[in-house]
Amino acid sequence: MERVALERKVLSENDRIAANLRARFAEHNILALNLISSPGSGKTSLLERTLESFDRRERVAVLTGDIQTENDAKRLARFGFPVKQITTGGTCHLDARMIERALLDWRLEDIDLLLIENVGNLVCPSSYDLGEAAKLVVLSVTEGEDKPLKYPSIFFKSELLILNKIDLLPYVPFDIATAEENSRRVHFNMAIVRVSCQTRQGITEWLSWLDRKRESSRAAASAS
Amino acid sequence: MHEMGIANSVLDAIRVETRRFPNGHIYKVGVRIGELAGVDPEAMSFCFEALVRGTELEPLALEIEYCPRRYQCRACGQSYAAAREDSACPECGMTESQFSGGDELELAYLEVENGACGAGT
Repeated sequence: MERVALERKVLSENDRIAANLRARFAEHNILALNLISSPGSGKTSLLERTLESFDRRERVAVLTGDIQTENDAKRLARFGFPVKQITTGGTCHLDARMIERALLDWRLEDIDLLLIENVGNLVCPSSYDLGEAAKLVVLSVTEGEDKPLKYPSIFFKSELLILNKIDLLPYVPFDIATAEENSRRVHFNMAIVRVSCQTRQGITEWLSWLDRKRESSRAAASAS
Repeated sequence: MHEMGIANSVLDAIRVETRRFPNGHIYKVGVRIGELAGVDPEAMSFCFEALVRGTELEPLALEIEYCPRRYQCRACGQSYAAAREDSACPECGMTESQFSGGDELELAYLEVENGACGAGT
């Protein structure tokens, strides 16, 4: 018997497609963001607040993933931007091939910002690179403050934590300072915004983060 | 529960590798799973066994090496594995350590019987 070293990634096929997507996004100066959360944390609501704030001339497009139904795409399409639903038919995450396929009939040169809403799940989406520039994690105050400790992978890999539903803070036993502290225990310099998609509190801060991200992405593109 | 897909990716890789060893049999694969890989080792083993059963790949064992989160302290240079959820340096207490590993999901090795009789010899 003989031991043969392999030393390669298990998801090398996904990573290869993701690298190809990342190169295409760079070529077309597209900022792609991958939104991840548990089901019901408010990813779609956050996208609604985001799209409604944009001027119609903004070159933004949305891919939204779910196991079943076109509901989210319908909710998001009313803002007039290109939206496509990816129904995974049982798969609990999006992978790079699904993104590649969904983009087939879109002209990338017409897009500056691509928002990808992953399937609601805090575990599996963290394993699959979609070619995005950053992952963003949404946590709502009706969940536990210890979510960052229970699901460290996604909190570690996300650049921004969006704490949603803060309008419900008076009604739920959620200690927001502990939640933020827990996030920074797994990701010490994590950016955090607190929002309510109902009252729109904090949405300005989220949009400023997005603006800064778009600005730094443009600056990086023109420097290269 | 995406371990089924991941176990399948491991088997895809093994089917490719078997071509390198036409006269041998791969009986073990070593996979490295980091704490931050988002893969549950127990679920992974369960899926792996289910997928191998009844195929030409039998007998094939899976050996998982589970890797904790690892950091290097920016202040004192200490390298360490994180204790539970905390990433602070055990030496000096500094919390702003540099992440150095623990998100791997890698095929580490194969164990092959009669591997030396394979292609290229």
